[in-house]
Amino acid sequence: MLDTEFEILSNKLIAKNTWELVLRGDTRGIAPGQFVNLKLPGFYLRRPLSVCDFDAGALTLIYKVVGHGTEALAALPVGTALDVLTGLGNGYDTGPSGPRPLLIGGGAGVPPLYALAKALLREGKTPAVILGFNSAGEVFYREEFRALGLEPAVTTVDGSCGIKGFVTDAMDVPYTYFYTCGPEPMLKAVYQRSVTSGQFSLEERMGCGFGACMGCTCKTKTGHKRICKDGPVLTKEELAW
Amino acid sequence: MVNTQVTLSGLVLSNPVIPASGTFGYGYEFAETYDINCLGSFSFKGTTREPRFGNTPPRIAETASGMLNAVGLQNPGIDRVIGEELPKLRRVFHKPVVANISGFSIDEYAECCARIDKEEQVGLIEVNISCPNVHCGGMSFGTSPESAAEVTRAVKAVTTKPVYMKLSPNVTDIAAIARACEDAGADGISLINTLLGMRIDLKKRRPLLGNTTGGLSGPAVFPVALRMVWQVYEAVKIPIIGMGGIASAEDVVEMMLAGAAAVEVGAANLVDPLASKKIVDELPHVMERLGIENLTDIIGGAHHG
Repeated sequence: MLDTEFEILSNKLIAKNTWELVLRGDTRGIAPGQFVNLKLPGFYLRRPLSVCDFDAGALTLIYKVVGHGTEALAALPVGTALDVLTGLGNGYDTGPSGPRPLLIGGGAGVPPLYALAKALLREGKTPAVILGFNSAGEVFYREEFRALGLEPAVTTVDGSCGIKGFVTDAMDVPYTYFYTCGPEPMLKAVYQRSVTSGQFSLEERMGCGFGACMGCTCKTKTGHKRICKDGPVLTKEELAW
Repeated sequence: MVNTQVTLSGLVLSNPVIPASGTFGYGYEFAETYDINCLGSFSFKGTTREPRFGNTPPRIAETASGMLNAVGLQNPGIDRVIGEELPKLRRVFHKPVVANISGFSIDEYAECCARIDKEEQVGLIEVNISCPNVHCGGMSFGTSPESAAEVTRAVKAVTTKPVYMKLSPNVTDIAAIARACEDAGADGISLINTLLGMRIDLKKRRPLLGNTTGGLSGPAVFPVALRMVWQVYEAVKIPIIGMGGIASAEDVVEMMLAGAAAVEVGAANLVDPLASKKIVDELPHVMERLGIENLTDIIGGAHHG
């Protein structure tokens, strides 16, 4: 964990209610599947956001405007300094992926899979990607995945883009392992539908984000786990679903 | 050179800053970020006889200048605290620790306190009779002078270390409860635990917390905590650990002027993992600016003349 200051390089709407925030600062110790915790002026608790992408000097985060906090974040101009805790959570383990891992993202759960896709490609693996949204207006990062040389299958609930249905309707492809992030009903459906082992990135309301308050604990087959510290990534075998 | 040293029932602390129970785990999450030996002490996560999962999520909600929590005393149980957490803590913290103990019966309080009393690392026992997030235990012992005194007597009968009773603000007369604890043999009083509150999710039209209600903490509660420390200082002669929304060294001085001999810092640690260290670092400068040479001289200072 590192407590550091970042500066907003850009903060723009990229799909319905969905914003991309690029920050400049110290990105050492950040890994795919981890999250950062932002202090916003005027709000007491920090806002945890998953890491979408990072390089030596910049960090990209994607968030949905869902309440007053994210509304205030969307209004912050370029140049604003933000107090950010980085390097939080365990992140994805690329070790067990095999040559053809499947990445399954739903809505605001898509971002962490982007940094993961880049990491897997660097390791010489060829991920298959499924991105699920409610409708065409909410689709984001399809082009960014394409730019990596991947062709994501897109699903929308209303059929306005790609395959009509849910991410599970696009899972009938060969894969050696899977990684997923999205709303809990989607994760549970993926859990049921999947034919290999895999890793799930979970979400819960957090107090601190670094393991101190026990605010985000969940029950697993291997004991009580703090989503923020022992997670947010848990394996299929750990989940008591 | 100012002197930040304070004493709690014979236990000498290099400064009065103690991270509060439930906001500092068993210390080592913070030890990864800074050397926690700069702290006066810290109060470890509320421990019960049996391991506890705690309440159904969500357990956390934001409020204006504060937060609600309804964790519900999640802890690994006294066996693992003694067998695993304390040995782990020994590697990163070399000062006496405050053992925070909770329970669901008088017997449980006595048994856990008797066991933790034997641990060399423990400098002081803080008996939590004020957790608002558990049912048939915790706060129900702290809301009447009689039951508060009963827990105090049972714990004092089986312990040798200083026993501080941690009181709930969710009562009509906190001074009467503090007095009952003092009369029953308590060595000190620790206050306040969180204030009972709740929030409702506007979209779901249901309570936001899984436990319906939770405990309010953070800067929002500081004036309430300060007032209660003031009242208890007037009611008892034993030392007081004051807490509730402390976020700066100025808050520490203010709480001590109201009557606290030491302070605990709670919610601030969750927002800024370095909060307690920053307060420790800031304290000598604030003392110099305010012309305070010895911190102990100001305890209860606002009550006189």
